[in-house]
Amino acid sequence: MEQTMATTSMAKTVMVPAQATKQTLKPKLRAEGIDMAFTRDGTSVPVLENVKLEVHEGEFVCLLGPSGCGKSTLLNVIAGFLSPTHGQVLIDGEAVRGPDPRRIFVFQERGVFPWLTVEGNIGFGLFKLSKKERAERIAHYITLVGLQGFEKAYPQELSGGMKQRLEVARALAVNPDMLFLDEPFGALDSITRLIMRRELLRIWEAERKTIIFVTHDIEEAVQLSDRVVVMSARPAKIQRVVEIDIAHPRDISSSRYLELRDGIFEQIGLAHKV
Amino acid sequence: MTLLGQPMKWERYFWPLFAAGVLLLLWHFSVRWSHTKIFPSPVDVVRGTAELIRKGVLLHYVVDSLRRVSAGYLGAAVLAIPAGLLLGWYPAAAAVVNPTIQMLRPISPIAWIPVSIIWFGVGDLAAIYLIFLASFFSILVASINGVRNVPSMYRRAGRNFGLSPAKLIARVVFPAALPQVIVGLRIALGIAWLVVVAAEMIAVDSGLGYLVIDSRNSGKRYDLVVAAMILIGLTGLALDTIFRRIEKLRSVRWGFRNES
Repeated sequence: MEQTMATTSMAKTVMVPAQATKQTLKPKLRAEGIDMAFTRDGTSVPVLENVKLEVHEGEFVCLLGPSGCGKSTLLNVIAGFLSPTHGQVLIDGEAVRGPDPRRIFVFQERGVFPWLTVEGNIGFGLFKLSKKERAERIAHYITLVGLQGFEKAYPQELSGGMKQRLEVARALAVNPDMLFLDEPFGALDSITRLIMRRELLRIWEAERKTIIFVTHDIEEAVQLSDRVVVMSARPAKIQRVVEIDIAHPRDISSSRYLELRDGIFEQIGLAHKV
Repeated sequence: MTLLGQPMKWERYFWPLFAAGVLLLLWHFSVRWSHTKIFPSPVDVVRGTAELIRKGVLLHYVVDSLRRVSAGYLGAAVLAIPAGLLLGWYPAAAAVVNPTIQMLRPISPIAWIPVSIIWFGVGDLAAIYLIFLASFFSILVASINGVRNVPSMYRRAGRNFGLSPAKLIARVVFPAALPQVIVGLRIALGIAWLVVVAAEMIAVDSGLGYLVIDSRNSGKRYDLVVAAMILIGLTGLALDTIFRRIEKLRSVRWGFRNES
């Protein structure tokens, strides 16, 4: 089902033009029949069941589901931190066998290294570059995420939103093809979260990375992504893939936005009433 | 001192000195009123200290004690930190040696005195070995636990950026474990300072521990005994203050919650 959605997304050209040109028919990432089970107290607990997913170059995909449904597990499998019980993940036609600097995982803001300064964190993955190149790269990403003036600050001196931007900058600095974000704004207050979403879209438009973004927030998924992959409760299956055919910047009171958002609410089994 | 808010700058020094002064007065009058002939008053102790300075032994003994502590303690740190990092990193290896470590750890270094005299003779080496033993296990256990407590997120982030295992230990695991290692180093230095005094009472003929036992044995000079005790305390305080400074360094301060 999600494959048909993906193909239709290619046929239409309603999305941001820069992205449409980057897309090719060959998927960047293909997850084939992923099963994942953890063993707990001697019994096997299935977490992922026959997950199939395709993601295209430059695409922004949200994995959406209730807390504890296994969407983070799926992201960890895709990133190579966990190996699935069955199935495999292919990226650029190559099976994923472990983490790779071409694909950086962004944790909640606690993933920055507290013993390094802002500069030290951004430069962390740049050990293969010359000193001069490293300094240039660091300066570029400090500007991109708006942390000028905090170069020598330690993470504990930064706010939650700044730490999150720092972690995104650290990831982008090694120039990866893909970013995996695991509920990156989950620990932030709601105002900061809104600002961070806009920042992320701005950075994505500037850098054109393929992004897989895990969230349990329906609004967040609809505001950010090209496609929302709705996952069921555990064991997680892909319930539906919803294409968000609204150009950025998105008007979150437009009828199309509300229609898509309410569709997902219904899909998850929640009427949009409190 | 106001109840709310920060104490004034002068108050931070004044009140601790005031408390020490009150204790000194209490000591002084206790000696006076009890008419003791053996126990010295603070004034006697000051005179005794002046005598030690005149004879040139005071600085000499402090330096000797510190030299023994430095040798044993630094030797222990140089061996225990890398060993702890490796054992923390390879839990299987740690499981093999852990029972032995836990068995050796509760043996007081004092109990090792006879054995160390057999191995190293009566002299500096025996004392240094005791300090080494006293420091080694605290540093080792703190390093192992420090590595174990490194959040897996940091390790995963390090691997994600393509670090080799050796680089991962040097650039992620060690700095992440460092605050706990420093706590172990600080505890170990405290124990080392306790043990050097005990070791010097038996195995050598210089140092502050020797000063305590020698002053008592040769003429019951309790003014010198107490002077030596106060020097031991002050030197220990100075060593601990150095460590508090280290804990405030910006690259490790994050690991000490209450320092903020």
